[in-house]
Amino acid sequence: MSTVVNDTKIPNNVDLSSDKRLQRALEAWQPNFLSWWNEMGPFGFQKDDVFLRTAVSVTSEGWANFDYVKMPDYRWGIFLADPVPDRKIGFGDHMGEPAWKEVPGEHRNALRRIIVTQGDTEPASVEQQRMLGHSCPSVYDLRNLFQVNVEEGRHLWAMVYLLHTYFGRDGREEAEALLQRRSGDPDKPRILGAFNEPCTDWLSFFMFTFFTDRDGKFQLLALAESAFDPLSRTTRFMLTEEAHHMFVGETGVLRVVDRTAQQMAEKKLDHVDQVRAAGLIDLPTMQKYLNLWYSLSLDLFGGEISSNAATYFATGMKGRAKEDQFEDHKALDSSYAMDVVKDGKIVREDVALRNAMNEVLRDAYVDDCQRGVDKWNRTIAAHGIPFTLKLPSRRFHRHIGIYSGVHFDPAGNLLTAEQWEAKKDEWLPSDADNEYVQSDAEARLRSEADGQLDRRAEAGHQGPRRRFEIAPPRSVTRRPAALAEPAVAARGASGATSAAGRASVARRTAPRARLDDRASERW
Amino acid sequence: MAETNTPTEPVRFETHPDRYVHWRLDFPAEHGGKVARLVMDVKEDRGMRPGYPLKLNSYDLGVDIELADALQRIRFEHPEVRALVVTSAKDRIFCSGANIYMLGSSTHGFKVNFCKFTNETRLYLEELSAESGVPSLASLNGTASGGGYELAIACDEIVLADDGSSAVSFPEAPLLAVLPGTGGLTRLVDKRKIRRDLADAFSTIAEGVRGKRSVEWGLVDEAPPKAKLDEVTRRRVEALVGRSKRKAFPAVKLGPLEAQRSASPSGDEQKIEYQYVTLELTPKLRTARLTVRAPSTKQPETPEELAKAGASAWAIQAFRELDDALLELRFNQPLVGVVSVETAGAPEAVLAVDAMLAKHQDDGLVREVTLLMKRVLKRMDLTAKSFFALVTPGSCFVGSLLELGLAADRVYMKDSDDEDVSVATSPMNAGLLPMANGLSRLQTRFLKEPERVARVLEEGALGTRDAVKAGLVTFAPDDLDWDDEIRIAFEERAAMSPDAMTGMEASLRFAGPETMETKIFGRLSAWQNWIFQRPNAVGERGALTLYGKPERPEFNWQRT
Repeated sequence: MSTVVNDTKIPNNVDLSSDKRLQRALEAWQPNFLSWWNEMGPFGFQKDDVFLRTAVSVTSEGWANFDYVKMPDYRWGIFLADPVPDRKIGFGDHMGEPAWKEVPGEHRNALRRIIVTQGDTEPASVEQQRMLGHSCPSVYDLRNLFQVNVEEGRHLWAMVYLLHTYFGRDGREEAEALLQRRSGDPDKPRILGAFNEPCTDWLSFFMFTFFTDRDGKFQLLALAESAFDPLSRTTRFMLTEEAHHMFVGETGVLRVVDRTAQQMAEKKLDHVDQVRAAGLIDLPTMQKYLNLWYSLSLDLFGGEISSNAATYFATGMKGRAKEDQFEDHKALDSSYAMDVVKDGKIVREDVALRNAMNEVLRDAYVDDCQRGVDKWNRTIAAHGIPFTLKLPSRRFHRHIGIYSGVHFDPAGNLLTAEQWEAKKDEWLPSDADNEYVQSDAEARLRSEADGQLDRRAEAGHQGPRRRFEIAPPRSVTRRPAALAEPAVAARGASGATSAAGRASVARRTAPRARLDDRASERW
Repeated sequence: MAETNTPTEPVRFETHPDRYVHWRLDFPAEHGGKVARLVMDVKEDRGMRPGYPLKLNSYDLGVDIELADALQRIRFEHPEVRALVVTSAKDRIFCSGANIYMLGSSTHGFKVNFCKFTNETRLYLEELSAESGVPSLASLNGTASGGGYELAIACDEIVLADDGSSAVSFPEAPLLAVLPGTGGLTRLVDKRKIRRDLADAFSTIAEGVRGKRSVEWGLVDEAPPKAKLDEVTRRRVEALVGRSKRKAFPAVKLGPLEAQRSASPSGDEQKIEYQYVTLELTPKLRTARLTVRAPSTKQPETPEELAKAGASAWAIQAFRELDDALLELRFNQPLVGVVSVETAGAPEAVLAVDAMLAKHQDDGLVREVTLLMKRVLKRMDLTAKSFFALVTPGSCFVGSLLELGLAADRVYMKDSDDEDVSVATSPMNAGLLPMANGLSRLQTRFLKEPERVARVLEEGALGTRDAVKAGLVTFAPDDLDWDDEIRIAFEERAAMSPDAMTGMEASLRFAGPETMETKIFGRLSAWQNWIFQRPNAVGERGALTLYGKPERPEFNWQRT
């Protein structure tokens, strides 16, 4: 086996060492992946040692190994959850038949499309977030960011494994194309809209990990039901990692909300200007960011009425999240009552359930989002601030599906184009809001880029090595209840604890001159 | 699929750029007016019938009527145009082809006629390039699937944005169990000369082929990065302008036809009266009468006078009217099976027009008028009605109007002792109005004895008996027999199976060599129309029936 592709370099439970075809495919792909990572991965941190979780096996000991690693040396592995003996297809026309170990020719193209679409989101998010390290509010966040990034990289590997193993030459070409598209590049955009949106500030990052990664969770849950067993096993394992990403988003937003509400209460701030003057993100702005990322993420589920969704379900390629919780796994004779726009009015229509599968999945997603928003609201309320964050109507600000091309307010009422134009800045981040949230981010980035040059020079000599770490949460499978005190520690040359940057997360009043200076913070 | 949505409202084919809903025709300043640009921007909720939103630049007949109108106007109203760009205003989608739900909810007859019309429009696009010197370029800013790629492949050149997702595709067979029936399969191998094995692979990959591979396989000519698409389009269009051989002429505005429609109180008889054409319909008897009149006023004698007369010149007006009447027969008169084709007026008036047109073939406008006649006559060749031409005293089946007789399935010529009845050829019968097979109607008629063609062309006016001898006439009943013979002939024909007659006529009309065009109509369309009737496509469990429904299709696996 080559030096690039072996069981040590690439931890796996797919018997890579005896799979010649996979070895050959990965030998060609892996160097390109590394080039992509170096070009598009976290900017300016590729030479740093970062304390990261690496999965080296699927056992309870193996899936979360923590150690210092330079990100380009991260051991991206290939893992499938353990097989379920005699697994049967759990829904659709083939229900009860044995799950597919190989791709049925009939569904080859559609399955490949599903996998490519999922796979495309993984590198896309890394690209979207590549500059965030330079404006991060704390080393805790920095480490979380990188953990999310390397795991998105691993999820790319997971999808590429499927493409390489089951889809022949086409699969190899698609795997290559996953490294060629670029988030936000009009020439080579990523496949899905939300993954081409800029994510250049930490508020957006937290919203992204809360809302957009949560779409990922539900897509993976639906794919975990797939009749194509390798896809099911791969996605089941990915779900264990996805939980942390959403934890980052949920707690990230929570910290911002908490800080703002707490300061508002303490300093008796009630006007937005006062809140901003105190260097905080005001709650109405939070609502706007929520509106934006929630609506962009809703689009990711696809059209409300979809023949593809019906086909995917009928054939067994993609089920519903937690399919076993439903009673009727054929979903052939039921319908789904959906609000559709007809002649300028919203009317309720019955849609064949299979054609409404995207909406069924979206329902589960909306409920899950609401649970997180409720937590944020409890925190605001605990400070006695009379403000409630709300998920807007799912008709609001949509670009895909039956509500696209029509305008709605956050309550879901129809608007004319003029009404929308007049009001949209009240509902979505305006240029001024973006500017406020990102204030002097550019200057910061520039200074970081300068710093980067310094550090490169440093790296060639024996400059101090900077290492960042955050002790792993006590249990990552279970969401820690106590968010206020993430255990933060630092070691190495930059071990000094700093109180700087405590004021606010996204406002980033943290000093930014040197990474060393913001080695550790607490909230 | 339920065929409940087939139009009850009659289809109208006249439109104008001011009224286009789905297309924008403009002439970008950067090319100095030499380039026409057709931008497809289909309005989802403006389909011709309710029940199918036209998503993703998918089209129905209404969309294609505008396209056909635009091409016609580029010919006559924009002689300065030397190249055409077809593109889309939608982000990341060029055109996704004929709307599936529209097809699924249409009667068989409507589907067939819809496909025929769209096929003709795409051939017009090619004729615009080959005969009028307006080459075309499809600039695909997004995916072109099914009929979308068929539209592109009707252009001379195709450029596809390489953005990692835009593709060209024929998903019909794998997804819908039908064919890319708007010439797509034929053009892959016959026009772009793509290897049959690659064409086979391409036509079964639902998601299509993108970027580099689409160029390697010859499906598109160039696949630049998206940001370069405009630049590449510009460069290629400029090259097309440079090679255009279009001849200048004064623009001719195409006004409305102003047809007068009337119906008997019972509705059993309808009449559409144009200036030179009358269409009388008796759907109850399954017959119609189509009359074309010779010019009654002085017609232009030079190209300059023709330009001055513009669209009111008989050669333009009469043939535009005939075109509209043929489409009326096809789309709005499904019950009519047999059509008597008649002419009236002074033969010499028609011959004078013909002489002028034949003499000035080098003139740009004369050329366009001739091509218009050619297209309309081809439309007649391809109309699934039995045409019986009736040559009687007072008729003027001469020259360009003799083509109506030659296009008919039979020619009845009255053998009269008392009155003059004659037919005559003109130089227009000598190849200026070829059929789809590339031959003139006379050549096609006399495949066995080609020498007859020259002989007939040399003759002057022929009386009934000479015309019979010359092989131009099927039957020549005399004065006494005429009425009864004709009545019986029509009644007999109208009693036969319309399907058998359609198939029989289509098989007999196009003797002689194959061309891409005859393959499209004779092979691809025929297979498509067969598939459109088969359970695997349209049965209760057929793929077309179930498209968009929760159930999956089930096929009968027996191959024929």
